[in-house]
Amino acid sequence: MVKPTLEKLTEELGFVCLSGRSWLERIPRSAYVSDLLSDVMGKASDGMVWVTSQVHRNIVAVASLKELSAIIIVNERPVTNELLEQAEREEVVLLASNLPAYETVGKLYNYLENRE
Amino acid sequence: MGVECFKADLHIHTCLSPCGHLEMSPRKIVESALERGLDIIAITDHNTTRNVRPCVEIGDELGLYVVAGCEVNTQEEVHCLCFFPDIETLEAFQEYLDAKIPDIANDPLLFGYQVAVDKDDAIIFEEKRSLFTGICDEIEGLQQQVDSLGGLFVPAHVDRMKNGIFGQLGFIPPGLRYDALEISRRVNYGDFLRSHPALVRERILQSSDAHMLEQIAAVHTLFYMERADWNSFSNAFGKQPHNRGMIKIPIGDG
Repeated sequence: MVKPTLEKLTEELGFVCLSGRSWLERIPRSAYVSDLLSDVMGKASDGMVWVTSQVHRNIVAVASLKELSAIIIVNERPVTNELLEQAEREEVVLLASNLPAYETVGKLYNYLENRE
Repeated sequence: MGVECFKADLHIHTCLSPCGHLEMSPRKIVESALERGLDIIAITDHNTTRNVRPCVEIGDELGLYVVAGCEVNTQEEVHCLCFFPDIETLEAFQEYLDAKIPDIANDPLLFGYQVAVDKDDAIIFEEKRSLFTGICDEIEGLQQQVDSLGGLFVPAHVDRMKNGIFGQLGFIPPGLRYDALEISRRVNYGDFLRSHPALVRERILQSSDAHMLEQIAAVHTLFYMERADWNSFSNAFGKQPHNRGMIKIPIGDG
């Protein structure tokens, strides 16, 4: 089966793209869930989608450092313009989910695992 | 004027903190601090300042400099110590907190009663909202608020994964201004610097984070400055162009 791009994933799972629209052709490789940035720096690997409720600007730097394919912010947490601008500058895709982490990850798991 | 050495423990909770023991009344805290040879303490309850005034007043009575403070839990769940020049600026800060604390009820059975008392330990107020959660503001927003009130801003227990800035945010956000970093009583200063060599030039405090009387002064930081007042104290953090003070963690402690 063809691996889906971020664009397809965003569309099919009902996420909203907040920044990094130009990099939606990336193909995500698995996912990681954590709200501790130190944990993500230690444990996530490149290509992963990162699901979190943190909205501090440091998430962009962590995603960029770890070469993650995207960040999904859950629960419609409000984000600042500074966060969006920094994500755009650092080529980080930010997606928003209107669901809590559990439901978001459930949908994501089914979607990514059934495709692979 | 000469420089003297003052022993400070700048992170002490009262009975108003959700996890602060009920024995942590203003009078007992000040008396314990004096018994253990401290010259300066800071009262730093979680997300509230409503028990600071009686501590300052008793400190004035008994001869202990009590810094008006607070330990704020930011939106990122990073704990930060905030110190203020006086009760007036502290009250202005309380207005900010009241606007930013999420409206979640405290469960006294799980987290303890959150009570403010007067100088004679009589309960005068119970905070019904949970003081345990993160406020609705980013760490930068909090820092700017503290700065605008002329206060000092110190990320707390940075050696701890739980609610420390490195655990929560991975690294200190570029552009975040702070006056010092605090390490907990659980770590040795030398060991900490060896594991965080990048912080060797930082101004570092070590304090007890006391939630019970016996923990007060478990560790301390030394201030070399003219006198125990806000001017000298804030100068020691380099707040003025002519920094007259010095901050040092005694070797062998921790």
